[in-house]
Amino acid sequence: MSKFKITIDDEEVVVDQNTSILDAAKQAGINIPTLCHHESLEDYGACRLCAVEVTKRGRSKIKASCTYPIREELVVDTRSKRVISARKMILELLLARCPESQELQDLADDIGLKQVRFEKEDHDCILCGLCIRTCNEILGVEAISFKGRGPEREVTTPFEDPSAVCIGCKFCSYVCPVNIIDIEDKDGKRIISRWNTELELVKCKTCGEYFAPQRLLDYLKNRFEELPEVFIDTCLNCKREIFGDKLTENVYFEFSLI
Amino acid sequence: MMMEIIKTPSELESLRNSLIKNMDSEKSKLTVCTGTGCLALGAEKVVDTLKEAIEKENLTDKVDVTTTGCHGFCERGPLAIVHPNNIFYQKIGKNDVEEIMSETVLKNEVIDRLLYQHPVTGEKIVDRRNVPFYKHQRRIVLRNNEIIDPTNILDYIAHGGYGALGKVLYEMKPEEVIEEVKNSNLRGRGGAGFPAGKKWESCRNAPGEPKYVICNADEGDPGAFMDRSIIEGNPHSVIEGMIIGAYAIGSHDGYIYVRNEYPLAVRHFTLAIKEAKKYGLLGENILKSGFGFEIKINRGGGAFVCGESTALMASLEGKVGEPRDKIVHSTENGVWDKPSNLNNVETWASVPYILENGAEWFSKIGTEKSKGTKVFSLVGKVNNTGLVEVPMGIILREIIYDIGGGIPNNKKFKAVQTGGPSGGCIPDKLIDMPVDFERLTEAGSMMGSGGMIVLDEDTCMVDLAKYFIEFLKDESCGKCVPCREGIKRMYQILTDICEGKGSHEDLELLEELSDMLKDASLCLLGGTAPNPVLTTLKYFKNEYLAHIVDKNCPAHVCTALIKYTVDEKLCEGCMKCAVLCPEDAVEGEKDKIHVILQDKCSKCGVCYESCKSDAIKVE
Repeated sequence: MSKFKITIDDEEVVVDQNTSILDAAKQAGINIPTLCHHESLEDYGACRLCAVEVTKRGRSKIKASCTYPIREELVVDTRSKRVISARKMILELLLARCPESQELQDLADDIGLKQVRFEKEDHDCILCGLCIRTCNEILGVEAISFKGRGPEREVTTPFEDPSAVCIGCKFCSYVCPVNIIDIEDKDGKRIISRWNTELELVKCKTCGEYFAPQRLLDYLKNRFEELPEVFIDTCLNCKREIFGDKLTENVYFEFSLI
Repeated sequence: MMMEIIKTPSELESLRNSLIKNMDSEKSKLTVCTGTGCLALGAEKVVDTLKEAIEKENLTDKVDVTTTGCHGFCERGPLAIVHPNNIFYQKIGKNDVEEIMSETVLKNEVIDRLLYQHPVTGEKIVDRRNVPFYKHQRRIVLRNNEIIDPTNILDYIAHGGYGALGKVLYEMKPEEVIEEVKNSNLRGRGGAGFPAGKKWESCRNAPGEPKYVICNADEGDPGAFMDRSIIEGNPHSVIEGMIIGAYAIGSHDGYIYVRNEYPLAVRHFTLAIKEAKKYGLLGENILKSGFGFEIKINRGGGAFVCGESTALMASLEGKVGEPRDKIVHSTENGVWDKPSNLNNVETWASVPYILENGAEWFSKIGTEKSKGTKVFSLVGKVNNTGLVEVPMGIILREIIYDIGGGIPNNKKFKAVQTGGPSGGCIPDKLIDMPVDFERLTEAGSMMGSGGMIVLDEDTCMVDLAKYFIEFLKDESCGKCVPCREGIKRMYQILTDICEGKGSHEDLELLEELSDMLKDASLCLLGGTAPNPVLTTLKYFKNEYLAHIVDKNCPAHVCTALIKYTVDEKLCEGCMKCAVLCPEDAVEGEKDKIHVILQDKCSKCGVCYESCKSDAIKVE
């Protein structure tokens, strides 16, 4: 595979062909803020917060670093005036949209954004699409997607009905960069109010406590045929008791966390 | 004479010759425009009446009726040309048919009242080519529109159709075709103006099979109908261009992505593909040359953003039509991650003419960097609205005044908006600029796909910018933050200014938002969205300031800033406005001076329009 030398903020890095500028910067120890990027997902380029200034053949342009595959020698500036003003404006727009978000406020503080000049709205979702992409790309469940276009865009289930396919895995809540997907287990039900969805929980075979939705267990059974029963029908606490210290060494350990 | 599969270019040539021979009869021919504009004005009734009359008078062996695509002069439709003497009739109705038959067809007499009258000299013009609207044009892509029946492939063949394809398949190597297109300097007519030959070459050289050839017929700009008219009027020219392109690139699979809101275009494309396949001009083993190419039609779902190439390709794949970053070009990684070459309708339609007449011929037309002709849809406040094709580099004034016939009702020309919703406004002081890719961009606008909206003194430039920004706000796919949130905020600011609630800081904020949108948007919908704002700010800043500082809309358009009052000296007390006012806001009795109640008035302007004595004033 070809390698390329690129300069990021005066730092020289050698990377494999098609490495993204974002990853190359990480390699050089340079932090670029992101909201819609996740290393396990395909890059999407929606939040544009990872904008950098790319100079090639004497011409410079602002580009999203997450979707920019390196295929030639480049000079990249991650903190130029143009970059900072674009990022500030993006954050200002997002904060106007979601004024209550602590995560956005922290990013704004980092970049030195002092005021929001637009009329505040009362959304909480920044529409980064991480929840949707996780549900589609990682799980293949496709319980949620975008609805509407432009300013009308929102994330929801088909026809905003209770999801017929959501398995209640909580991954959407886990990846959400602004922590707005609340999931609650109550009275034998997993309640995901954002997706208008309630799933019946089943009881742990060992301790008899409610622990996971039936749909999630069915999903695991169908998708991972080799998965031992105990990793399906037993809760994490009981698995800890059964396996003791060996649990973390088990090849199926990561399934214990679901 | 009828043969099915055409096997060689010489068979095509002999078919053409026999078709031409058949045409050289004593028969009269009436070609009636049945483009969408003329259809709306009743062309179908005219054609039906003509056909009935021909049958009734037993004239079927004396006269033929051909229904064609758009002739361009929509303002004067329905249009017809009577051959062989080229008599051009305009604004015809079904009641004129009898006279056309008895006088022009049978006696070769010209009917004076149906002729176009020169607005200045008053002269009646018989030959269409002398009508100023046509005289200043250079019609290449549109030249067959007023001649051929788009639903009859033989008509296209008779007028030279598929000749370039035969030449290409039998006499040229793919590389030579690319070289020819490169030498012609044909640039993409979809807006960005990327050199077509260069694009074809990079797609040909890109690794990966299969390769796809795509025609972008998702024309969605408000007021634009260039591509629509080409497809409706001459679908085979687009198909022939695509086959030539596919041969050059090494592709066997083609797609036409066309708006579903263009039913006639879809119908004509569908029929043209069927007919071309029937004659062996499309499909497997075209003209028995060994080269095969198929075309499928994909109808768009009505999203403006699907005209953006990567969104179009996503939509073709059956995904949501949203763009992606295109650091790696589509020619390398396009639809289904395969090398894909996308050009728009007008670009494809230009290809056969270039191959037929040579790169040198084409590159002699136009300016140094913009070659050939460009089709514009000329609309708005201009006398001759319609479809025009002009050489690149033509002076704007020539389009608006010589072809367009100037501004109606003696109003003053204010600006022209080019390039679609994300184009810009070019002010009156630049009316003598040449029109090509470079000059339009320098002026802050763009070529876009070729919309041209003429604006007169009654247009409020802030309101106009707001109109286009609103369109873009609604058509933004919403994927990236700059476009979704940024355009929305620009729209809010412009609304505030139009309502007299704007401030100086708003202008700064508009400029800041514009900079960010241009830099950080995912695709060019967001990237060019600031153009209507930036050009109006650049050329008409005073109007913004009038709204902000004086709380006044100089063009009397923004309802929040205007007031209708009655001029007591002129009011005759006729009650007309009082009767028509939908809000009962006009107080008054017969023969007494009326008063407009400001708290009731919705500023609809009905009183202003209806007053015969000009007594209603706008402030």
